[in-house]
Amino acid sequence: MKLALGPVLYYWNSEEMHAFYAQIASAPVDIVYLGETVCQRRHLLRLQDYLDIAQQLVAAGKEVVLSTQTLIESENDIRTLHKITENGHFRVEANDMGAVRLLASKVPFVAGSTLNIYNPQTLDLLAGLGATRWVMPVEMSRTALISLLQNRQSKPETEAFAYGRLPLAFSARCFTARHHNLQKDDCQFKCMDHADGLLLNTREGQPFLTLNGIQTQSALVHNLIGELASLRSAGVEVLRISPQSQHTLEILQLFRAALEQQLTPEQALTKIEPLMPSASCNGYWHDKPGLDFIRT
Amino acid sequence: MQPDKIELVCPAGSLPSLKVAVDNGADAVYMGFRDDTNARNFTGLNFSYENAKEGVRYAHARGKKVLLALNTYPQTDGWQRWTKAIDHAAELGINAVILADPGLMQYAVKTHPELRLHLSVQGSATNYEAINFYQEMFGIQRAVVPRVLALAQVEQLMANTRVEIELFGFGGLCVMVEGRCALSSYATGDSPNTRGVCSPPKAVRWQETANGLESRLNGILIDRYAPQENAGYPTLCKGRFDVEGETYYAIEEPTSLNTLELLPELLRMGIKAIKIEGRQRGPAYVEQVARVWRQAIDSCWRDAAAYTVKPAWMAELGKISEGQQQTLGAYYRPWK
Repeated sequence: MKLALGPVLYYWNSEEMHAFYAQIASAPVDIVYLGETVCQRRHLLRLQDYLDIAQQLVAAGKEVVLSTQTLIESENDIRTLHKITENGHFRVEANDMGAVRLLASKVPFVAGSTLNIYNPQTLDLLAGLGATRWVMPVEMSRTALISLLQNRQSKPETEAFAYGRLPLAFSARCFTARHHNLQKDDCQFKCMDHADGLLLNTREGQPFLTLNGIQTQSALVHNLIGELASLRSAGVEVLRISPQSQHTLEILQLFRAALEQQLTPEQALTKIEPLMPSASCNGYWHDKPGLDFIRT
Repeated sequence: MQPDKIELVCPAGSLPSLKVAVDNGADAVYMGFRDDTNARNFTGLNFSYENAKEGVRYAHARGKKVLLALNTYPQTDGWQRWTKAIDHAAELGINAVILADPGLMQYAVKTHPELRLHLSVQGSATNYEAINFYQEMFGIQRAVVPRVLALAQVEQLMANTRVEIELFGFGGLCVMVEGRCALSSYATGDSPNTRGVCSPPKAVRWQETANGLESRLNGILIDRYAPQENAGYPTLCKGRFDVEGETYYAIEEPTSLNTLELLPELLRMGIKAIKIEGRQRGPAYVEQVARVWRQAIDSCWRDAAAYTVKPAWMAELGKISEGQQQTLGAYYRPWK
């Protein structure tokens, strides 16, 4: 199985971003997804900056994929979408059907998880339009995945979200701005104060969700490091690790070591837990509520 | 040139609701079958084949349309349930099916090329590139747009597509882009995409405690009410939570969308249809909403410049709104 690093879902400053990717250049990861997928207002890095980072990562032997924004609303969003899909060099991860329209039958692309591929008919259709890899919906279980893969005709690579706070929902409303009593159009870029998002607890203190601008994530970290054999046998070929502000490099190293069986699943879990911003969940993979954790 | 009159599309969770919608001024009703092929998969709701047949007969006899929502994402193991529902729609003479899944659209186009296709709000199409994708691939004739766009954005979208646009006008308000929200399955295992439910009743528990009445979803505390407060259904994005020590409606208040005051603008823009949310609500709700909206649309159509929202309409709709509150939602940009 290959290891992929997902796009940074938070808003970090330019120095942090450049330092982060300089570190990733030497990390044990095969594929790097790059780009702003959450909010058009996060503008410190422009497409050209991402393309520069992409060149450095390619020079370091990584496969680079440019990810498109998930919620495309404005004319400005559409212009950016055109620039990314027409970059002429890097493969693109389509996170909206609008992106698929611009890529279909022109260049190979990656079908992102928000395209909602839940059955083989839809997978085959997108593969026919040029999808060479697909990312399963975050809520898909192992059982559902196996069933889908058994019934498909096409053979795009299968990728699963294997580590990180789960991107669960997208909205027009910015919940970070709302928390700071600001309007979205005047958000003062408050996301920069929350490098791993803003934790939402229940009124009895249970960590429940993470507010990340217009995106809502899980509070718990979806963590499949203990499930590598089960992922492999189900047909998953690429594991996505979602960046966090601290310890991403070590997490990639632990996944690599576990893939190469230098660590048992139990050892890998024990070593990864102190590096996580909150506790693990893996319920989705086991066909349970996403926030459950089943230790196998 | 006067644009086309706006079509009023009302919810029908049952045959009695369908009949009162038709009798009170709906131009079209939308319904679902009694299973997970639609996004209001609740016990006691929706139509058997025979009920649907009677509903279609009733509406068509009065010159009204019937739309069928097949707007969940077919799961591999149940694929035939969705395709059979498409076949049934064609047999029943349904005026259009409302779909979200591309694989299912392809089936519909190949098997029943005469069937009219609408893109469901669950298809998450918020821009013209996405809408035109479905139009070019499957010939969809109408798109229901998620409740996340400002009106100016809807207008921009309409300038760049031939597809008719249907907007939500009234009812429960999804804050998240429909079709891209897994909050419910994260908390309970079941989501709109996979099972056609959000915050499902089977996961809800009410408990009277020393701290007040508590609502829980699969054990997760969604809200807690002081004695004088009205308790609402624990839809998980409408609870009160704690963020950095502050307890508030961190995502959205319990409130209903109401766009009556936007009608002249919607008419000018050329919006083809207005959708009323609420198949899970009873015939009394449908009757009231249909009657008020029929009057409003007719009044606006007769003279948009003189149109005003009557206080009686607002009062009537206020009574049946979630939390007795109403909002313009994302159509009004500062809401965001």
